[in-house]
Amino acid sequence: MNKFQKKLLYWLFLLSILSPIGILIPNLLNSGDAWGEWDKETVEKMVGFIPKGMENLSSLFKGIFSDYTNIFGEDSPLIIQILSYIISAILGSLVIYILIRLILKFYKNTSEAS
Amino acid sequence: MHIPDGYLSPQTYIPLYGIMVPFWGIALKKVKKVLTSDYIPYIAMSAVFSFLIMLFNIPIPGGTTGHAVGAAVIAIILGPWIAVISISIVLLIQTLLFADGGITALGANCFNMAIIMPFASYFVFKLTNQKSHSKLRIKISSFIAGYIGLLLAAISTAIQLGIQPLIAKAEDGTPLYSPYPLSIAVPVMAFEHLLIFSVVEGLVTMIIVSYFLKYEPESIYSLKQNK
Repeated sequence: MNKFQKKLLYWLFLLSILSPIGILIPNLLNSGDAWGEWDKETVEKMVGFIPKGMENLSSLFKGIFSDYTNIFGEDSPLIIQILSYIISAILGSLVIYILIRLILKFYKNTSEAS
Repeated sequence: MHIPDGYLSPQTYIPLYGIMVPFWGIALKKVKKVLTSDYIPYIAMSAVFSFLIMLFNIPIPGGTTGHAVGAAVIAIILGPWIAVISISIVLLIQTLLFADGGITALGANCFNMAIIMPFASYFVFKLTNQKSHSKLRIKISSFIAGYIGLLLAAISTAIQLGIQPLIAKAEDGTPLYSPYPLSIAVPVMAFEHLLIFSVVEGLVTMIIVSYFLKYEPESIYSLKQNK
């Protein structure tokens, strides 16, 4: 990895530490979910019912964590959510980075062999 | 714009998965050409960057939030086909690890953020920059590319959501999935991106491209002579 790439890595690490800005500012300005990303209970509040297909599909799959802020459980205090957010940022980054490097390494080796 | 499970009907999400397959196939073929050990870290870091930038939710006071995606940056610096792979992996991990975006909607989310956005951004960049090497022009082109790329991804998402009440309803006419029609989905998504989120994407794109221009301009895919 050259010098420039190492620089980029530091920036990425800084970004992950600063990521709680992404929940603090919306929190301050009383903003909610992104449009079209509400949970079915919120949809029910907005339109008065839960669409049947949404009712069926929304519980189809649960991620390993339910959100970036919920690593330590739902409805955690803000400080814990911040910690969870940073851990999610770093964990997700590591998983993505390692996964891509593994995939590309494997792909490179198999295409060199052929 | 990570569509959760339950917002799209199978008649929408299955074809969108289907469209992704050839794109993923072609993208993998294209990435073969750049699998050098000095290039691979860029590909991995581009995905990490996209993942991290999507954590920075931008609020509309009292309203919804949005975020930049980073697909324009990746398309300009590494090329749109690498962006297809990077962003797709990000979306996959976001779904599996954090339930950010549904698993049925993964094809749709990839279509919007890993295809529409990178290719739109790339073409807009090439169109506005032409073969210029002027730093100012490159920066402006980057901004516009990011701006329009995210906007188009948002509109694509809005269309997928907005047609649901039309194509998937119960016998009594009530929507089975996303309940808001095109007449709401498209204007809302378009305006919030036109006014705020796309501006952020444009700035992010411009800033990162500027950084590469300063330190490693020769690695920018979209500026290479024969592209």
